[in-house]
Amino acid sequence: MARHIVARTSEIPAGGNKVFGLEGRDIVVFHVNGEFFALLNRCPHEGAPLEKAACVARLTSPEPGIYHRDRVGEMLRCPWHGWEFDIRNGQSWFDPNRFRIRSYPVAVESGAELQKGPYVAETFPVHIEDNYVIVEV
Amino acid sequence: MSDVIDRPMLDQEKTAATRLKIIDCDIHPSIHAHSDLNEFLPKRWQQHLKEYGSHLRTPYIGTTPYPRSSPLIARRDAWPPTGGVPGSDLDFMRKQHLDPFDVEFGILQVLDLFIFSQQNLEFGAAIQRAINDWQLAFWAHRDPRLKASILVGQDGSDLGLAEIERCAKTGEYIQINVSPRANEPLGRRRYWPIYERAQELDLPLGIHVGGYGGHAPTGGGWPSYYCEEHQSNAHTVASNLTSLVLEGVPERFPKLKIVFIEGGFGWIPATMWRMDQHFERFRSEVPHLKRRPSEYVKQHFWFTTQPIDEPDEARHLRQLIEWVGIDRLLFSSDYPHWDYDDARYAFKTPLTEAERRKIFNSNARAVYKF
Repeated sequence: MARHIVARTSEIPAGGNKVFGLEGRDIVVFHVNGEFFALLNRCPHEGAPLEKAACVARLTSPEPGIYHRDRVGEMLRCPWHGWEFDIRNGQSWFDPNRFRIRSYPVAVESGAELQKGPYVAETFPVHIEDNYVIVEV
Repeated sequence: MSDVIDRPMLDQEKTAATRLKIIDCDIHPSIHAHSDLNEFLPKRWQQHLKEYGSHLRTPYIGTTPYPRSSPLIARRDAWPPTGGVPGSDLDFMRKQHLDPFDVEFGILQVLDLFIFSQQNLEFGAAIQRAINDWQLAFWAHRDPRLKASILVGQDGSDLGLAEIERCAKTGEYIQINVSPRANEPLGRRRYWPIYERAQELDLPLGIHVGGYGGHAPTGGGWPSYYCEEHQSNAHTVASNLTSLVLEGVPERFPKLKIVFIEGGFGWIPATMWRMDQHFERFRSEVPHLKRRPSEYVKQHFWFTTQPIDEPDEARHLRQLIEWVGIDRLLFSSDYPHWDYDDARYAFKTPLTEAERRKIFNSNARAVYKF
């Protein structure tokens, strides 16, 4: 899998997302609770753009009348028909074996780490204090 | 097997999807602001709207009885970037829906101001007149693809008939819309003058689900959840279809065309089977029917496809389509509402090119005479 540096962490605000065209696909990177998640920007149902999805909590109920709310912001609710997916792995919440969104590994690395390696041809001043979001496709 | 969609949408797919021009029988325009209606609404009723607002035949005042899934029942991506509510910005509608889907004609279905549910019939009629004019001025005259319907409240049938006359003279409206939730089932004789006039004018009768007629929306009473209430759209259409057929409306008005909008179509086969079965046993109760109920359904009624049923196995959808009849179905998207159907992906069963052509275009072309 190829690694793509897509953004500085500061470019995707908390609770927000940004879409990147990577290898011919639109991939949406979400910033939720300090973490970054990358998914194909397309609901597997009818193709809705997931960049418009709501990041909601997981709501469970052991019996009618009793409700539990957890994993706040970590469930992706499709902007059209409301299908819910786990933002960590793209699995649907209602039928995880049959429906999932393609998800991609995401890493956050500092400028200093990215600057290392054998292919440094020329040196330029680098703001090594910055963190970068990297998506593997 | 996991239905992982991990491929980009290919250019050829886009081409295939848009090669066939689509007639979309259910597009919802919205009023940007009530003041947009002022030029069409007499001062007396502007004042009434401002001072009294809507009084509806429901037990809930000033709100909808159910939470409606998402604000204004809209897709989250359908809020215009320029502000305003989903469906209120023609340019954005063009960009998001009409142009990319190559919509040849789009039929407007107005739901604003609870147009059919106003308790004050004269106020309701004034709002209907204003919205009928607004449909032309703000939509159809600005984009020739968009087609308006004559909205009439059938419970004030003299007011409704006058409105039909007024609008029909313009030659610009393509159907007459009535409510599925009137005071009585739609087949009742009190509504026949509207059907008679629709037949004479050769305008299809459009019946879009929604609204509240004062009765509980299900035969079992008021539901607890939106999830539950949303199911009732299909029941409402089924009971009105049954009423229209069994009361003899198609028998009495053999050239009348009736289109049920947004009721889906999965329930139709069983409804026809059951009506036919009952007809065999009880035909002496309804001797005015000359044919089996299903024959009336297959000659006089059409159904828009959204919200499409999604059985676990695609072949079951295929069977449903065949049982209903490929010539009965008219594609609709319900743009910009949350249960919108995307023309490319909604039919999760193979259709031949000829079948696609019928459902997405030529059936509607024949019904509405485009």
